[in-house]
Amino acid sequence: MTDYNFAYLDEQTKRMIRRAILKGLAIPGYQVPFASREMPMPYGWGTGGVQVSAAVMTAGDVFKVIDQGADDTTNAVSIRRFFERTAGVETTEATGDATVIQTRHRIPEEPLTDDQILVYQVPIPEPLRFLEPSEVETRKMHALEEYGLMHVKLYEDISAHGAIATSYAYPVEVEGRYVMDPSPIPKFDNPKLSMAAIQLFGAGREQRIYALPPYTRVVSLDFDDYPFEASKAEHACALCGATDSYLDELIVDDAGTRMFMCSDTDYCRSRRAAGHVGAQGTPFKEDAA
Amino acid sequence: MTPLLQVEGLSKFYGQRIGCADVSFDLYPGEVMGIVGESGSGKSTLLNCLAGHLPPDTGRVMFNTRADGMRDTVTMSEPERRMLGRTDWAFVHQHARDGLRMNVSAGGNVGERLMAVGARHYGDIRGQAIDWLGRVEIAEDRIDDRPRQFSGGMQQRLQIARNLVTGPRLVFMDEPTGGLDVSVQARLLDLLRGLVREMGLSAIIVTHDLAVVRLLADRLMVMKDGHVVETGLTDQVLDDPQHAYSQLLVSSVLQV
Repeated sequence: MTDYNFAYLDEQTKRMIRRAILKGLAIPGYQVPFASREMPMPYGWGTGGVQVSAAVMTAGDVFKVIDQGADDTTNAVSIRRFFERTAGVETTEATGDATVIQTRHRIPEEPLTDDQILVYQVPIPEPLRFLEPSEVETRKMHALEEYGLMHVKLYEDISAHGAIATSYAYPVEVEGRYVMDPSPIPKFDNPKLSMAAIQLFGAGREQRIYALPPYTRVVSLDFDDYPFEASKAEHACALCGATDSYLDELIVDDAGTRMFMCSDTDYCRSRRAAGHVGAQGTPFKEDAA
Repeated sequence: MTPLLQVEGLSKFYGQRIGCADVSFDLYPGEVMGIVGESGSGKSTLLNCLAGHLPPDTGRVMFNTRADGMRDTVTMSEPERRMLGRTDWAFVHQHARDGLRMNVSAGGNVGERLMAVGARHYGDIRGQAIDWLGRVEIAEDRIDDRPRQFSGGMQQRLQIARNLVTGPRLVFMDEPTGGLDVSVQARLLDLLRGLVREMGLSAIIVTHDLAVVRLLADRLMVMKDGHVVETGLTDQVLDDPQHAYSQLLVSSVLQV
């Protein structure tokens, strides 16, 4: 532990990242460039999120990492261990106990409070990237608020699929100004983007940080006659019976039998601990989880 | 009558070289002006300066805007100029792929300008796209095809539809018939002539094809080495060219 500075990054780097975060909070949805550092993990594994987490973390923080809602996947476990070793902070799987939550592509089901920070890992921060390849041009489009192209993408969806088929990384307009990529969270999570916690977005490879202050007005883009819909699988969780959570679909045998279960493992576990049992669930035992 | 576009002393230099020098003219509503000249004569530079794609070094480009009357588009702010670029102005490129989004369907291409000025009703946007595809003779069932599945002539017609859908008042065209075979050219010219008359458009057409300006343009400007060497009514310039270069140009046309 003494071999590392607290939370791995040196203090100058943290200051640089904090400046970018403050600027991002002052201009919600604006992508602030920052000098992303080489991290001891490959790009695409959350280098942006890790740097933001390291910059906001203090010794008293309780840290939680989720990957697609789960606390127990490789990515989540390795990042949690990374900060256990380099910062010595306490870690948890319970959403309510955490003060800093780093997430890959989900927002926890349990509503966050104003003493929590949610850090997103962002692969591609530029919502216009696949429509306009030139970064010079997209920055100009952001500066001049020229967002017609974003609707062209939604138009293409409807003309090809009969409905807006974009189901994740669904573009949002922030406080009536910047159009932002909320990272590849399912559009089910979009309505939760207006929340009490501070939300920070870090893209390591692309060297961008952006942010949503608490209670920012975030509107998902849509058409008047094709309004935005936060969709999820029309099932209940097989383990805890929840009907209000985002579900993962698992194929459990060669015959293609499907099983739906909460993608937020902590939410599912705490519901089962409270006595909820789904169609294929068994009564909760503390050590069996 | 106030002119729609008033160009005064426009010059553009590329370092020591002249792009175009001291160009002045007026364009009135409903008028079509042709700019002819050989390659490298500064036609495209001039057109790009007029359309706001290139900043000119000197001169003024006054445009009669709907809201505030005559405004200098060179000194107006970039958001205003880009707004003009997707409302009152249209730009038809020589190569359709420069003016179209090749990975977006035909309907999306036509609808983009509508969405850029705030249209947010899918049904309306699609309705207008279908209407415009019809006007440029593209079958309705091609609306969800991508431009790369279209022939060169269809791509060019699609580009025209995409540009005219917001009802612009001034259209810039850079060799609109370049690279098309003659029968396709003829139909495209026919279409353009119809649209220009029907919508009362003003247009500036850059071309090296004298037959195109004979058909489309009311007035003609002949350029050579960045300078305007002769202007006049199209028929007058083509039938009785005064400047030596215009005479050369007219006499160089192959007679079939």
